Amino acid sequence: MSVPEGALVSVCVLLRDRDVLHARRVAGQELEKLGARSVKKTRFVTAVSEIGRNAVMHGGGGEARIYSQVHPPCVTVVCRDKGPGIADVDAALCDGFSTAGSMGRGLGGARRLCDQMEIETTVGKGTCVTMVARL
Amino acid sequence: MSAASAIYFVEGVLLVAIQEDISDTDILDLQEALAERIVRDSARAVVMDINALEIVDTFVGRILAQLASVSKLLDAQTYVVGMRPAVAMTLVELGMDLPESKTALSLSHALQDLRGKPLA
Ligand SMILES: Nc1ncnc2c1ncn2[C@@H]1O[C@H](COP(=O)(O)OP(=O)(O)OP(=O)(O)O)[C@@H](O)[C@H]1O
Ligand SMILES: [Mg+2]
Repeated sequence: MSVPEGALVSVCVLLRDRDVLHARRVAGQELEKLGARSVKKTRFVTAVSEIGRNAVMHGGGGEARIYSQVHPPCVTVVCRDKGPGIADVDAALCDGFSTAGSMGRGLGGARRLCDQMEIETTVGKGTCVTMVARL
Repeated sequence: MSAASAIYFVEGVLLVAIQEDISDTDILDLQEALAERIVRDSARAVVMDINALEIVDTFVGRILAQLASVSKLLDAQTYVVGMRPAVAMTLVELGMDLPESKTALSLSHALQDLRGKPLA
């Protein structure tokens, strides 16, 4: 994905579940500043939660960078880790696919919940997921 | 038990108000504490108020669903109350539902249902 639109607002370290909570709070606040409605905000923050949690649980931790832009209004979250990467992204996006014995709804669900989502991943190097909410 | 959510026992019902900033660890602790309380207090129902939750992701959704299944095995009905409309819409999009729990708009609706009265 190209350079995120807007200005960098915050860099959140993602090592533990608490960190995911912080990152999603910041993302929610930025959307609120732009006047996002509650459904928009809930959807996007849920996506950030799923992707942030994946970075912590599967990616061994990483960081989330949050960008905000007024014209045209959008919030972008770039979530990056240096974990094992995803071997088959298409399979991972399918509901029900999980290597963790979980429900495997996070990745596919997150994509449905944001306006744009891109996954860049290299096996053995890491994963970077970019999520965009447009207002 | 963490301070993230308090459990109250009223009229045979365990009431839990989940706090806004509940962490994964807190909610796992809560799940365990509730299972123990159901047995210790011989509770017939668990009412979980999730109105403070701005979002319910797959993790929290799964814990809520598991909690309801555990309660059922221990012979208590679970009610989830106070779900925000945006949260309901998001859960549908995540393809999640809470099969073993009854949902009610508010605590008083849940209590009315428990007393077997029709909803006003
Ligand atoms: N950041 C990541 N690094 C490595 N693998 C990942 C990452 N994110 C997702 N995956 C892989 O993609 C799979 C699907 O992810 P998804 O979030 O959909 O499901 P899950 O995390 O296993 O379960 P849940 O429904 O609880 O989110 C994971 O099981 C994992 O194998
Ligand atoms: Mg996941």
